[in-house]
Amino acid sequence: MNWRAIVAIFTYEMKRFFRTLFQSLISPVISTVLYFIVFGAAIGGRISEIEGVSYGAFIVPGLIMLSILTQSISNASFGIYFPRFSGTIYEYLSAPISAFEMVLGFVGAAAAKSILIGLVILATSAFFVPVTVAHPFWAALFLLLTALTFSLFGFIIGLWADGFEKLQIIPLLIITPLTFLGGSFYSISVLPEFWQKVSLFNPVVYLISGFRWSFYEVADVSLAVSLGMTALFLVICLAIVSWIFRTGYRLKS
Amino acid sequence: MNPIIQIKSLSKSYKSGLHALKDINLEIMRGEIFALLGPNGAGKTTLISTICGIVNKTSGAVLVDGHDNVTDFRATRKMIGLVPQELHLSIFESVWDTVTFSRKLFGRGDSPQHVEKILKQLSLWDKKDDKIMTLSGGMKRRVLIAKALAHEPQILFLDEPTAGVDVELRKDMWNVVRELRSTGVTIILTTHYIEEAEEMADRVGVINKGQMILVEDKNALMKKMGQKKLTLVLDKPLAAVPKKLSKFNLSLSKDGNELSYAFDAREGRPDISGLLKEIDTAKISYSDLHTEQNSLEDIFMGLVKQ
Ligand SMILES: Nc1ncnc2c1ncn2[C@@H]1O[C@H](COP(=O)(O)OP(=O)(O)OP(=O)(O)O)[C@@H](O)[C@H]1O
Ligand SMILES: [Mg+2]
Repeated sequence: MNWRAIVAIFTYEMKRFFRTLFQSLISPVISTVLYFIVFGAAIGGRISEIEGVSYGAFIVPGLIMLSILTQSISNASFGIYFPRFSGTIYEYLSAPISAFEMVLGFVGAAAAKSILIGLVILATSAFFVPVTVAHPFWAALFLLLTALTFSLFGFIIGLWADGFEKLQIIPLLIITPLTFLGGSFYSISVLPEFWQKVSLFNPVVYLISGFRWSFYEVADVSLAVSLGMTALFLVICLAIVSWIFRTGYRLKS
Repeated sequence: MNPIIQIKSLSKSYKSGLHALKDINLEIMRGEIFALLGPNGAGKTTLISTICGIVNKTSGAVLVDGHDNVTDFRATRKMIGLVPQELHLSIFESVWDTVTFSRKLFGRGDSPQHVEKILKQLSLWDKKDDKIMTLSGGMKRRVLIAKALAHEPQILFLDEPTAGVDVELRKDMWNVVRELRSTGVTIILTTHYIEEAEEMADRVGVINKGQMILVEDKNALMKKMGQKKLTLVLDKPLAAVPKKLSKFNLSLSKDGNELSYAFDAREGRPDISGLLKEIDTAKISYSDLHTEQNSLEDIFMGLVKQ
């Protein structure tokens, strides 16, 4: 293992994040506050509790997951797309690093950034609502697995994209709807039965359900199913990435 | 001398169907400077990129110091430094940071002394804290060279290092290259400037349309270049070279209007005055005379045109 290279890539990517630390953190903080004002005050007035949890507190895990998903994808896709776009990718390709090491550096950094943002949102939320984390270990595990999975997914998008528009299109067309329909702001049990069934095809449901369970011990699906599905998505993304590197798809001609 | 790079029947077809490298066989010797010449689109960059791992080969093999460049890529890439043709740099980084980054990417431990040494060697020391976007094109090219040298490679590829670089800087770069060679580094450079190959290289390879059409010792090439030609423009056309003049190496143009004398300027004094005397006595009158020298450029153009 070329650990020095992994650390160098990781540090380089994190440096970009810390260089713009204020911008990186201020926007998730502001949107969290807005969610609390809009959802908490407007909807929370009508729905006071879901399964014994106050509405404001109920949406916190969903809010964090929402940010983790979008941040992981955008960080990772931009992280690998930019060197491809600017041509500096030549150096990574000619260096004595394996595909796995490269992924570890880029995806590790993207996941670390989004986890940091997730934690900042958690801290911000604690100012507004009483947040309790019943199972910190499980919460951390879901956070980590989700951040890794979606950073890998972002990495794939960053390799696939051949223009800046394409970087935006998948998050916009697929991820945002899936997160909003994935129970970030409600329990899927409030939906009509048909839509509950449909929701089970939405991978985000499992992530949010598991994550929320580790906070309040309320869940839409069982913990084991959540964990299994989350791990499955991780494996699928890993398989795609390893295929990409084996074939050199979009990296080498 | 034993080869440090062995290229065996290397071929590359791009997805577009373009056959960019056709059955290339080439050995690069340890410690030499090898100049790769060829017109635009000949396949120079493709050849370099394939050796360095940026482009996938279609068939054949590349061995670097005996290691296969695909199956044993860690060993081969550690040995190689690459200066790409285009100015691909992270413009928001400082010179120092980007050179240090390259060193780590190649698995080397920190060595501020080494980075300092190469920055000084390339006259970049006073720019070390400057952001790359504030540098001129020539300076950026030096940064690329510094990055390629950061991990102390034994082989250096320079893909058109002097494109868009002024004379002063070009001389500087040649000096850096010579210095590297004196420390045992093998250097492969591509260039469009023939005089650069003349000045720098131990051997020259010419590539055209994906084929290596010539690999030769520079001195052997220079010998061919030593050929000079004296041409007389005659007043009256001749049917044949007069017998009396047969001891000279003469040739007549098709229309009989020009008489040429080919000689090697390096091998002793050519007997020009003797020739002119004989021509006088043969009562051949001429209105003009001029000499031409065969240059590497001529040889090169001749090869590439075929
Ligand atoms: N990624 C690619 N996909 C398809 N064709 C390519 C690709 N890269 C290069 N080519 C083609 O391969 C041929 C060789 O290109 P290459 O860049 O190796 O030439 P070169 O000798 O370096 O030229 P130059 O002197 O202009 O730098 C050209 O016809 C070029 O158009
Ligand atoms: Mg080229």
